[in-house]
Amino acid sequence: MADASHSAAELTVQEYITHHLSFLTFGKIDGSWTFAHTPEEAAEMGFWAINVDTFGWSLFLGAGFLWFFYRVGRTASVENPSGAQNFVEAVVEFVDSRVSETFKYKNELIGPLCLTLLFWILLMNTMDLVPVDLLTSFGFEKFAAVVFHFEHAPFKVVPTTDPNITMGMSTLVFFMIIYYSIKNKGLGGFLGELAFHPFGKWMLPFNLIIEVPTLIAKPVSLGLRLFGNLYAGELLFLLIASMMGLWQLPAHFVWAAFHLLVIPLQAFVFMMLTIVYLNAAHEKPHH
Amino acid sequence: MNINATFLGQMIAMAFFVWFCTKYVWPPFVSIMEERKKRIADGLEAASKAEKDLESAQAKSEEQLKAAKVDAAGIIDQANKRAAQIVEEAKDQAREEGQRIIASANAELEQEVNRAKEALRAQVSAIAVAGAEKILEGSIDQAANEEMLNKLATEL
Repeated sequence: MADASHSAAELTVQEYITHHLSFLTFGKIDGSWTFAHTPEEAAEMGFWAINVDTFGWSLFLGAGFLWFFYRVGRTASVENPSGAQNFVEAVVEFVDSRVSETFKYKNELIGPLCLTLLFWILLMNTMDLVPVDLLTSFGFEKFAAVVFHFEHAPFKVVPTTDPNITMGMSTLVFFMIIYYSIKNKGLGGFLGELAFHPFGKWMLPFNLIIEVPTLIAKPVSLGLRLFGNLYAGELLFLLIASMMGLWQLPAHFVWAAFHLLVIPLQAFVFMMLTIVYLNAAHEKPHH
Repeated sequence: MNINATFLGQMIAMAFFVWFCTKYVWPPFVSIMEERKKRIADGLEAASKAEKDLESAQAKSEEQLKAAKVDAAGIIDQANKRAAQIVEEAKDQAREEGQRIIASANAELEQEVNRAKEALRAQVSAIAVAGAEKILEGSIDQAANEEMLNKLATEL
């Protein structure tokens, strides 16, 4: 610990923050597959590289909660539900009632989709409450230095502060929007909505200028809203940790308490907007 | 902060998780909650039905009780009437029997009186004959006086 604070003291504030905001990226550089040691190296790897830290946590959390829910569901009983079953039932019922309030069509996929999104994002956001240096400087960094001789290895534990993660999810939602739009309105109906609204067919180029960005804005805003909120939260934790000395303890507490609102709220907003967008994708054009 | 294959990976992971959730996580909970809802509804319905049944059973039993009371009253009434009748009949019989006994007693009495009269008459005639024999001291032709004596006896 003394060693860690010693090395932390050697870092400038900017270096500390940059270090904590970089990903543990695995990719191909100079013809060999390896971890990127600097953000520049990570950028050099191009598209075919993977953020092992955020993606790993994302998979771990997603698989973890689904496995838990699955185990609870297998032993679930009608007459005497266990505590775990009550908990999962409460979550399922919450999601189901939100879906049935907003989603007016019949689609067996929406409920499970929203359950997955809500709980997965909630867990990924909650990783933000893990003290920033606990898993990073005092955990993985030591481990990597000893095992891989990889000094100052970055290790981001909050998957939703990675735009790849949030945009990945929102893009899949976007694909579902396109798929259900075409399925329910026909290709003509879907394109017609883009081309002939809101001003009728004589204003077609103008309509496209309005409607296409509106469509594209859906996944972009969905993904960036989540990313931005969590990234800002993480950044503020880092600033507090790097600049406030001992005063960081109460400051961390205050910010964490505030963040307790942001974490579930952002997960909820992501789920609700997904329902709203998919509901719109099911609406038949009324001509 | 560059876009890389993590983006694709996350999409694939999410697609898999949603598939898994749709197939293995969501259905058991939804079906269990439906089942529980149904059971509660059934239970409430059964309870209200039982209450209704109880009400009708109570009404029925009350009715039966009332009918039984009416029946019992009828039976008691009839029994009382029959008892009065029996008593009347017994009284009538007793009266008839008494009258018959009195009548036969009267007839016997009359017979006795007649018999006594006959005996007395016979004795009187005998006494008269003896008296006459004493008076006459002679032998009177019994056969000649027989007729006159009999006549006397009948007059007595």
